[in-house]
Amino acid sequence: MASAVAPPRPRTPAGAGGPGGGDAGDRWRGGGGPDETAQSIRRYKMGMWVGLGAVVMMFAAFTSAYVVRKGLSNDWRAIALPPVLWLNTAVLAVSSFTFERARRNRESCLAWLGATSTLGVAFLAGQYVAWRELRAAGVYLASNPSSSFFYLLTGAHALHLAGGILALAYVVFRASRPSLWVNRQAALEATSLYWHFMDGLWIYLLLLLSLGR
Amino acid sequence: MAEMAHEHVAHVHAAPTGFIRKYIFSLDHKVIGIQYWLLALAAVLVGMALSLLMRWHLVWPAAKMPWLEKIFPAGAPDGVMTPELYLALMTMHGTIMVFFVLTTAPQSGFGNYVLPIQIGAADMAFPVLNMLSFWVTFVGFLVIMAAFLVTGGPPLSGWTGYPPLSALPEAGPGQGTGQTLWIVSLAIFSAGSLLGALNFITTTLNLRAKGMSLMRMPLTCWTWFVTAILGLLAFAVLLAAGALLLMDRIAGTSFFVPGGLIVSDKQITQHSGGSPLLWQHLFWFFGHPEVYIAIVPGMGVVSQVLSTFSRKPIFGYKAMVWALIAIGVLGFGVWGHHMFISGMSPYSAIAFSVLTMAIGVPSAIKTFNWIGTMLGGKLRFTSPMLFAVGFVSLFVTGGLSGIFLGQPPVDLYFHDTYFVVGHFHMIMGVASIFGMFAGTYYWFPKMFGRMMSEPLGKIHFWLTFVGVYAIFGPMHYLGLTGHPRRYSELSGVKYLAGSENLHLFMTVAAVVTVAAQVIFFLNMLWSFFKGQKAADNPWESTTLEWTVPSPPPHDNFAGVEPVVYRGPYEYSVPGASKDYLMQTEPDPPGVRR
Repeated sequence: MASAVAPPRPRTPAGAGGPGGGDAGDRWRGGGGPDETAQSIRRYKMGMWVGLGAVVMMFAAFTSAYVVRKGLSNDWRAIALPPVLWLNTAVLAVSSFTFERARRNRESCLAWLGATSTLGVAFLAGQYVAWRELRAAGVYLASNPSSSFFYLLTGAHALHLAGGILALAYVVFRASRPSLWVNRQAALEATSLYWHFMDGLWIYLLLLLSLGR
Repeated sequence: MAEMAHEHVAHVHAAPTGFIRKYIFSLDHKVIGIQYWLLALAAVLVGMALSLLMRWHLVWPAAKMPWLEKIFPAGAPDGVMTPELYLALMTMHGTIMVFFVLTTAPQSGFGNYVLPIQIGAADMAFPVLNMLSFWVTFVGFLVIMAAFLVTGGPPLSGWTGYPPLSALPEAGPGQGTGQTLWIVSLAIFSAGSLLGALNFITTTLNLRAKGMSLMRMPLTCWTWFVTAILGLLAFAVLLAAGALLLMDRIAGTSFFVPGGLIVSDKQITQHSGGSPLLWQHLFWFFGHPEVYIAIVPGMGVVSQVLSTFSRKPIFGYKAMVWALIAIGVLGFGVWGHHMFISGMSPYSAIAFSVLTMAIGVPSAIKTFNWIGTMLGGKLRFTSPMLFAVGFVSLFVTGGLSGIFLGQPPVDLYFHDTYFVVGHFHMIMGVASIFGMFAGTYYWFPKMFGRMMSEPLGKIHFWLTFVGVYAIFGPMHYLGLTGHPRRYSELSGVKYLAGSENLHLFMTVAAVVTVAAQVIFFLNMLWSFFKGQKAADNPWESTTLEWTVPSPPPHDNFAGVEPVVYRGPYEYSVPGASKDYLMQTEPDPPGVRR
């Protein structure tokens, strides 16, 4: 029961500046302090977890469609996965690492966030390369159920990650303008949850696409 | 439960002043709730008009309606409705009613307005997201309405959109742009519902006032909370299914479309190997919880209203909560009962059937407790109370026919007959709508600061109550005789010849019932401007929304966080000086516990 949970302590000491902080220096509209920061972090993170529940259901639905469609008929032709996917996976994994650096280092937060977004864009570019390679090999969206699912799953994930990049850009934008510091730490925490989740989701999809061919 | 929910609201925002920020792009949950409610009212007018057209056509298939030709030149040549147009109207009726009425008003409308006040919060957890949810839903409504205007008209595939009909543009007049708009609209609607569900869940878990433990929440809040969880899990699946269907239509994939189809004398060559059953599984995995999304908020309103107007605590509060949770959980395990005759292993059918029967248990607990609440109470038959009692009646009627349909051998016969139409209209349609009526009569004074007319409310109730039984009751009988559903005209069919008078009766009943709704709309309009001014707590209720002015100020509690001392339904407490104790009242002297 939620009522039994003790209020979490704010992660950073009061008075800390910088985009990763967000306590006494913040201009909370309600005039609150560290307590309110902790509450808004809790609220944002809970909202994000709930939202990720919907993402899980969506990809669970895609997965069940994948399994059923593959098992039902005899027109499934496994496609060869473009090797660039492995490089992309590494890029995304590193981006999770840089995001954590950003979250834990208030002084160099912006720089690490910049690195994270760059890696995110690099991942998307890498996925684009993978699609081009498949296209060049004559594997199109409608060629085969296997290729349809490949484009669908990687495309859906790419869309979600693009949303994450936009959210990151928004966090950076807010962090760079003191008048928008309200809830900025909470936004950062929620975005980091989302980002790591997209990282994990990608690894899951890669396993599904490679082992479940 | 020593340490109660302790958060106070962290995002008190100043009241907006401009018209646009105040009434159009408002962040206030109350304005957004009313916006949802008005959207549902607009949608229900469209849905109702479509149903009248269908009923009219069923009795007088050759009736000339020249104005219909103006709207649908191809669908009604010489003013006579084609079978295709009938199916298009049916599709739009179902889609608009299920999504933009039954999902919109009870949950997003009343839930948005009342939930934050009832748990003692100043607003929802994410006000901007809340505004976004509404406007996304509104765009979804515009998109589905646009299907009336495009070439070919609206789709023919029903609110369930089964492929291959829904996947092949060449399959019928509305299967081109119309069907695409239908899918896009549902995808938009799903996105809006997901955002809304996220907000409801976080708000309930995070923004309860001091002392408002989960087990002190009004049952309305419980139902909105559980419905939000259902919506979160179900709409994500509909969104996924919609994406696959759209790809089959516009990208030439074969998720759902099998090979070797011949449509309109043309062989379909670009698809092969897809599974229409896959769509049915995905759709009904969403579709069955959707039924509960429509009716569960009504259960909450009815619990609240029955307790208030029986002047008794709700009978078995904890049992109500657990029954609700059981309904929510079981609701995700029964989707297969919509597909008994679609081609299913008998073993799966048994499993789905047993789970379906199991839902009867928590449903019966709820019904038992509603009756137990009324039993021996000092009943006050106000308009909300009448509609709540009507809800219980319809819930039992619709639930009982569900027990028939939940058994594969019986469903084999009843499937695709009017029995099914009667069943789901009773429970998902009319019962839910009675919940909305109860909510409207109950909260209108809070929402607009004026009472609705009681005499008009009572006339509205009796006409509607008798009317819906007169419309949907005979459908069960028609189903027994084997009358198939979805056909625009069966006048030449010999074994159905005797059903014509019954159809006429149902159509007359439908016209009268729709006319009775004019009373409701007039009552609202009149009351909005001229109704008697409402006190803070006109019904002598106990929950938090009745502690604040009618209508409540911008941040509900004027910046003062309420403290909750008791459960939500403390009526007729022995020793108390009046027959109800507000949730915010500490124990007065003399109360015996």
